[in-house]
Amino acid sequence: MSDPSIGQVTEFVAESLARHGRNPDYLLQHLIALQHRFSHVPATAVDLLATELGVTRTQIRAAIDFYAFLHETPRGDFDILFSDNITDRMLGNQRLMRLLCERLGVEPGVPRADGRVTVGPTSCTGMCDQGPALLVNGMAVTRLDAQRVDRIADLVEMGTPLEHWPGAYFVVEDNIRRKGLLLSNAATDAAGLRAMLEKGAEAALAEVERSGLRGRGGAGFTTALKWKFCREAPGGERFVVCNADEGEPGTFKDRVLLTSYADLMFEGMTICAGVIGARRGFLYLRGEYRYLVPHLEAVLARRRAQGLLGESILGHDGFDFDIAIHLGAGAYICGEESALIESLEGKRGVTRKRPPFPVTSGYQGNPTVVNNVETFLAAARVVQWGGYWFRGEGTDKSAGSKILSVSGDVARPGIYEYPFGTPVHRVLADCGATNPQAVQISGAAGATLAPAEFDRIIAFEDLPTAGSFMVFDASRDMLDMVRNFAHFFAHESCGSARS
Amino acid sequence: MKVSLSSRGSFRFDGKEIPFTPGQTIMDAVLAAGEYIPHLCHNPEFAPHGSCRVCVVGVGGRQVSACTAPAAEGMVVDSSSEEIQGTRRAILQMLFVEGNHICPACEKSGACQLQAVAYYTGMLAPHFTHFFPRREVDASHPDFIIDFNRCILCELCVRASRDWDGKRVFGISGRGLASHLVIDSPTGRLGDSSFAATDKAAHVCPVGAILPKHRGYEVPIGERLYDREPISLVGDVAAHEEA
Ligand SMILES: Cc1cc2nc3c(=O)[nH]c(=O)nc-3n(C[C@H](O)[C@H](O)[C@H](O)COP(=O)(O)O)c2cc1C
Ligand code: SF4
Repeated sequence: MSDPSIGQVTEFVAESLARHGRNPDYLLQHLIALQHRFSHVPATAVDLLATELGVTRTQIRAAIDFYAFLHETPRGDFDILFSDNITDRMLGNQRLMRLLCERLGVEPGVPRADGRVTVGPTSCTGMCDQGPALLVNGMAVTRLDAQRVDRIADLVEMGTPLEHWPGAYFVVEDNIRRKGLLLSNAATDAAGLRAMLEKGAEAALAEVERSGLRGRGGAGFTTALKWKFCREAPGGERFVVCNADEGEPGTFKDRVLLTSYADLMFEGMTICAGVIGARRGFLYLRGEYRYLVPHLEAVLARRRAQGLLGESILGHDGFDFDIAIHLGAGAYICGEESALIESLEGKRGVTRKRPPFPVTSGYQGNPTVVNNVETFLAAARVVQWGGYWFRGEGTDKSAGSKILSVSGDVARPGIYEYPFGTPVHRVLADCGATNPQAVQISGAAGATLAPAEFDRIIAFEDLPTAGSFMVFDASRDMLDMVRNFAHFFAHESCGSARS
Repeated sequence: MKVSLSSRGSFRFDGKEIPFTPGQTIMDAVLAAGEYIPHLCHNPEFAPHGSCRVCVVGVGGRQVSACTAPAAEGMVVDSSSEEIQGTRRAILQMLFVEGNHICPACEKSGACQLQAVAYYTGMLAPHFTHFFPRREVDASHPDFIIDFNRCILCELCVRASRDWDGKRVFGISGRGLASHLVIDSPTGRLGDSSFAATDKAAHVCPVGAILPKHRGYEVPIGERLYDREPISLVGDVAAHEEA
């Protein structure tokens, strides 16, 4: 790729400004678009954006420096990033990356002199059930093997545009292995939304309270309480944010929900908007899932056409709500809700001090609900089918079901939904784990279980988890996992610890 | 909200009764009562930042940062147990090895909060392997130098420049281990920025990263602020002449 001319950059920035506007909150979205177009953010663009958005050059450079997918110098026509979770390593990603580097004559992370390609590692891309995986110009390629890597080297050398690469490379499977309360039914005719409009916001909130639903993103805060705090918080505009950052190594269930249950998720967000009185919502989507944007935009467009989003939703005067998708750009810490809000505001995703919590002071200082994808999905069904329906499963402290992302040394990696209270050994039996030595629950910061602990249960009161479930058989050296996680944190922490 | 006298409360801090008014953090109340909790990124003139974690205290079995945790009636705050001091020491040791803090060769020795807080917690050695990062010294400004080797990323200069001087001279870039202080100027150098010796940002650095030029060793080592009295009695260096 030859260096873009100043004219090209100026024209592109003008287009981007026309599309996203001059609000500094959209800085990150401009930068992502520039990176995608030019394989870096050209210095001319930094100067233009600084002037147009009224931010300092340093703020822009600091953002570029923060997000792993943004660069000040070109990555080349093909920017290839191998997912480097421990599960990818177990499937041989390091050997494949070396192979590709040799074939292309590059060092990891160093752009080739002719501007054709860069090959390097990146944190878990959420394809653990179909790895080893990589991202090429932001698009996910799964199930890599030596043959596929060999062919990719040819395609890169020939300069073949991605549209002409074999479609099979980009196939991402759902791999839903066990369906429970939520997964058993993807259909929605907006029944939850209608139920809220018929019964009223307070009744809907009461259902959510009755259900005992707690957040599915890790911390497990009671959802009804969060919505109630936000609804009652003083202040003007309110916001609904769906956390689809899914950065925890070994988690990929939100990817499947976004792929095949997007309507339910958006319905949950819309119900939340009705309850708290929000007019705007955001879906914060991790950069690794950027390939899902056209699909998600299509779902949003259809929902607008169906009167399920936009002005006077389902004919109810004054019930106006719409959702915009904001992309992340490679930063695990942006899954933490206050860092996510900073990122939504276009800045480096650094955690805020708390209190105040987002429910009183979130997006632009306004009351904001941040919930996980799965939480919104569950909330939509709870309002449709009632709190007792949900409560009927699970334990006293952990109502309902949990969707697990199972990967590692198992015969059937993929998505498993269980009632809370299910013991670890049950999951191991279902997914076909032979001779497991350890299970890592809840990602790099989670718990490592030895076989003696396999009768412990998936529940907030025993093993709280956002759903990552990685299995290691007896042949593995567990120190490889520890080293992989230590590296992950050194790279991904925000450099301060305000949790 | 009406604040009546009855809404004043108190909590126990290492066995002492500390009064507080609603809205105060544990740090606010403890400092107001003339007691001490070690801190680096906190400066009462600025909004709490909660990033260095050196002010960690124990409350009801949890560790919280005193500078951000609201004071509450009847709470029992532990600031002196070996567990708490041990956590602080570990944080300080990491700060020491991440940068290049060579106390015997530092102009700020004896008036440096990092050094003084390390003494306060009983830190005797850095324990971890030194990173020995390669960082630069920026001497481009006529009145001040900035030595990035000593920066602990407390963001006090960032906040002072932005919130007090209205300039935004400093910022933080990168993330994780690669986080670093940057200067807003076309060249990235201090001399080409709008920084001035009279800026608040020139007088808040708790360590020896931002130092005035043309002065050196005016107060001999051995007679400096924390050489004379421990930080738990005299407090922040920024509050003293030597800053
Ligand atoms: C370092 C860190 C990373 C996180 N990453 C995610 C994430 O990727 N997705 C998510 O939903 N929550 C994540 N969380 C939790 C969020 O801060 C927040 O609790 C959650 O989005 C709230 O939604 P919930 O109540 O529906 O779980 C993370 C938290 C921390 C501390
Ligand atoms: S230069 Fe000093 S004040 Fe500024 S961030 Fe570094 S240590 Fe803090």
